[in-house]
Amino acid sequence: MSSTSDTAPKELAGDWVQPDDGAEPTKRDFIHLLAVGTAAAAGVGVVIPLVSQLAPDAAVRALATKEVSIAGVEPGQAIKVIWQGKPVFIRRLTEREIAVDTETPLARLSDTDARNANLPGAEATVEGRIQGEDLVVVTGVCTHLGCVPLGTAAGENKGDYGGWFCPCHGSHYDSLGRIRKGPAPDNLAVPPLEFLTETTIRLG
Amino acid sequence: MSHESTYNPQTGIEKWIDRRMPIVRLGYDSFIDFPTPKNLNYWYTFGVILTIVLAVQIVSGVVLAMHYAAHVDHAFQSVEHIMRDVNYGWLLRYTHANGASMFFLAVYAHMARGLYYGSYKEPRELLWMIGVVIFLLMMATAFMGYVLPWGQMSFWGATVITSLFSAIPIVGDPIKTLLWGGFSVDNPTLNRFYALHYLMPFLIAGAVVLHIWALHVPGNNNPSGIEVKDVKKDTLPFHPYYTVKDGFAAVIFLIMFAAFIFYMPNILGHPDNYIPADPLVTPAHIVPEWYFLPFYAMLRAITFDILFIPAKLGGVLAMFGSILILFVLPWLDGSKVRSMRYRPIAKQFFLVFMLNFFFLGWLGGQPAEGIYVALAQAGTAYYFAYFLVILPVLSVTETPLPLPKSIAESVFADKSKKSQGSVASGGAQPAPAE
Repeated sequence: MSSTSDTAPKELAGDWVQPDDGAEPTKRDFIHLLAVGTAAAAGVGVVIPLVSQLAPDAAVRALATKEVSIAGVEPGQAIKVIWQGKPVFIRRLTEREIAVDTETPLARLSDTDARNANLPGAEATVEGRIQGEDLVVVTGVCTHLGCVPLGTAAGENKGDYGGWFCPCHGSHYDSLGRIRKGPAPDNLAVPPLEFLTETTIRLG
Repeated sequence: MSHESTYNPQTGIEKWIDRRMPIVRLGYDSFIDFPTPKNLNYWYTFGVILTIVLAVQIVSGVVLAMHYAAHVDHAFQSVEHIMRDVNYGWLLRYTHANGASMFFLAVYAHMARGLYYGSYKEPRELLWMIGVVIFLLMMATAFMGYVLPWGQMSFWGATVITSLFSAIPIVGDPIKTLLWGGFSVDNPTLNRFYALHYLMPFLIAGAVVLHIWALHVPGNNNPSGIEVKDVKKDTLPFHPYYTVKDGFAAVIFLIMFAAFIFYMPNILGHPDNYIPADPLVTPAHIVPEWYFLPFYAMLRAITFDILFIPAKLGGVLAMFGSILILFVLPWLDGSKVRSMRYRPIAKQFFLVFMLNFFFLGWLGGQPAEGIYVALAQAGTAYYFAYFLVILPVLSVTETPLPLPKSIAESVFADKSKKSQGSVASGGAQPAPAE
């Protein structure tokens, strides 16, 4: 190798170097731009399937809605159902609980947004949070770090405000699922739902 | 340190290989005749110990993968199957589970060594930063590994930690859904965590190669913190001097490791992880593995909004910031003196930093209420103040002790101090007849 380059003429050795120092865009500049642009586009094309495979698949999305019967839930009782892999609390309030919630002024709440998927932008009043006459439907996922709050089953700690209590980091929710005390930032979310009949609702 | 190769191939086959791919030469120059400061103490043995533990984790992990089933219906059962049915399965699983703890034990000692002797300072900044990358990879690997047995702590730990991402404004919730592959921690989550848990140890191994490369350019730091001036006087060849020293330390470490495996295999775990995962019931206390507790304490310490940053995001920023701050440490501590041996004031603050870290670890295991929250806030404040205030200020104001002229001199100074000490203590004895 070294012996051939020694004998090669000097001018020939440098002949493939770009002759012009880039004063004018050349055909070669265009080819470089096109090549890099095509490679970048191909890169994006590779990344899209690689990332989107992480998103919920068709089987998961197919379970996105659920029908629930609420016939057996008496005032003061609550049930827990699974929707989208998360618990949903369905609770029928007593008249006394509704009265207490009605009397609570919005100023006492730390989150005044209803967080109700059916009433975007509504305030966290009784009307903003309740379904029908006396039904509270909330996802049972603490808005702090995703634990399941206690208070649905009989005998569980309902917290200082008679609703739910998250044992992980001590968040207290009232009977409408509104955050009243503790580290959680938001009210328990009200999932999108629809009454199919008097006693059946569809979640999602 | 970078040095002239002293490898001299003797046999024909060595010469044949050396001309084609000098891999034997690379090994010889890196691990046999590698000039190493002669004053390294036992704190410098954790690098080799960590390499051994990484190998133990990879080997035990690969064989466990042959018996494990990454599916929500089978994961818990398959772990019990490993414990009861697979030949020596109990040994493999206890080795792997306790190996994670041993890994963190050794890495914390390794990092504390670096902090004390100023190993992060010029010209070893990149070496230190690669180390922080390895630490982050280790944390991700350990977290995902803890999810795989699909017990209650697996499930709820995964839920809490992945929910941290929902604190990020706007993109937080989409990121969380993308991590989960669904609307909650479920089968897709378990599957991808398993794939990544298998992948990441090899990324760690790759980063370790870079770490050793970056170490072998400037060479080891040492307890005196001064550079090698004379290779002949200041250094010893890695083999046999440090192969023997590291080997001895590794044996002691492995005996302790074995004591955990055989006598207290579950002491570092949480009993709730022997309850199968239940998405409808949250355990009373969700506690991460012990090695995450100091960072968990900092996460929970931020219970107040900071300007426009809500408390939840503030906690997440504090937790990740506590590790990311290590990346800029080489530029926060501007003192030219590396070793805290010669920094009388910084040494005191370092000691408090260490105690504070243990204290935060203890707080991370306590419920987040009452006095514990206030204590965790104080501990978090000191943790950040150490890096952001104390070290930068001390690097200007502190007057260091006089440095020895060379590593060789510092070794002889230590020796003479010791012999003087023994003369002084012998003073109480009747003086021997002269």
